[in-house]
Amino acid sequence: MHLDHPVTMPHRHTYSAEPLRADGSPRAFRVGLGGPVGSGKTACVAALCRTLRDRLSLAVVTNDIYTREDAEFLLREAVLPPERITAVETGACPHTAIRDDISANLEAVEHFDETLDPLDLVLVESGGDNLTATFSKGLVDVQIFVIDVSSGDDIPRKGGPGITTADLLVVNKTDLAPYVGADLATMAADAERQRGDLPVVFTSLTSDDGIREIADWITGHLARWRAKAAA
Amino acid sequence: MSRAALLLLADGRFPAGGYAHSGGVEAAVAHNAVHDIHSLEAFCRGRLHTTGLTTAGLAAAAAAGCDPLLLDDAADARTPVPALRAVARKLGRQMMRAARATFPSAELDRLAAERPQGAHQPIVQGVAARAAGLTPRDAACAAAYEAVGGPATAAVRLLSLDPLAASWLLARLSTEADAVAANAAGAAARVETEGPDALPSASSPLLDITAEQHAAWTVRLFAS
Ligand SMILES: Nc1nc2c(ncn2[C@@H]2O[C@H](COP(=O)(O)OP(=O)(O)O)[C@@H](O)[C@H]2O)c(=O)[nH]1
Ligand SMILES: [Mg+2]
Repeated sequence: MHLDHPVTMPHRHTYSAEPLRADGSPRAFRVGLGGPVGSGKTACVAALCRTLRDRLSLAVVTNDIYTREDAEFLLREAVLPPERITAVETGACPHTAIRDDISANLEAVEHFDETLDPLDLVLVESGGDNLTATFSKGLVDVQIFVIDVSSGDDIPRKGGPGITTADLLVVNKTDLAPYVGADLATMAADAERQRGDLPVVFTSLTSDDGIREIADWITGHLARWRAKAAA
Repeated sequence: MSRAALLLLADGRFPAGGYAHSGGVEAAVAHNAVHDIHSLEAFCRGRLHTTGLTTAGLAAAAAAGCDPLLLDDAADARTPVPALRAVARKLGRQMMRAARATFPSAELDRLAAERPQGAHQPIVQGVAARAAGLTPRDAACAAAYEAVGGPATAAVRLLSLDPLAASWLLARLSTEADAVAANAAGAAARVETEGPDALPSASSPLLDITAEQHAAWTVRLFAS
């Protein structure tokens, strides 16, 4: 996958977006998880680690806003060994760290590529941000935007770059829908209106195997990305 | 030489990781040493004439074509605490990535190969300035401005200060920043004959101490 055309950028010296590292070896597939605070990003990362860690070599970068809570939660839950989890500080600007100046996150993912061999997949969790925060294509290969039913069922209608452009939209906490009066059918219709053919999944990450659809979506993308890189 | 290249290199939006660092102001805010626009001005002035002068000298010497590895040792000697050495090298790596993509040059490639864990940030900045066709004085100016621009921006976020007042403060400091840059560039011009000892070595012990403490905080907004 060439994000920069080799003819127009002949002297590019960073290889962040290329599927191969500078020495020609493949790097890990990178998935960004964004969305508002409390929607379930860390729950999603934890569940993905538990489901995929026996099949794939994984690592996680968290972008906490002012603490190391997400990283510490993942460590405490022992979803991965400590050398596979790292936190990046974002100077009170979580969207900058994933979009405008991705250098600290690139450092973190490339450090994993160098120290964990083989490495298949890196999950980058954004610090909770507003609906406009998206990941740079220089940082991740695909991005997932996580919202939840309890923050208002009008969020898909409101749209914003995260909702409209993310490669996968996750509407989480469907188990709470009856208690907060969220209308899932409306949310689905609004999301489709905003996103066209881009996929949407409804999840309850606190239920058994609630992560299945997201995990399958990621492994599907990983397989296609590898096939393309090898071609 | 392109004026615009200097603006690009000195722009806080240049994607080299600076936005996540407060230049010591987060620790100063916690100690109530910085609490309003006036105390912020005092903090910035102090930083400009200490760390700012020293980093400007290093950046100017690197831009003048002095051996960056010698300068990197000189930077270590001028950075007594481990926390700030680690920060300078981490930011150096991030600056290197941005600089190589922006101003490709064999000198940057060589320094990247020789210091894979990162050279001190002002050295990389100086070599980048050189690659962009800028003068040592330009590089010094970028470093001096950054020494106050970083903390001022961070303080706006930490204390919800009026951003217009912060801009006013930076404008007030701009003549002093120019003078610091001129001084630094003058010293850098003597490195060829006198060696790196000709470079300024002003430091701020309080910034060193609080940086070391800040690195051990568990809850913080900024990386340094
Ligand atoms: N009821 C319910 N709670 C959930 C679900 N997913 C996550 N949570 C809870 O929501 C809270 C915030 O989740 P977290 O993953 O930390 O959100 P983040 O800020 O997006 O990372 C936690 O208490 C989770 O246990 C879900 O599907 N249903
Ligand atoms: Mg989280």
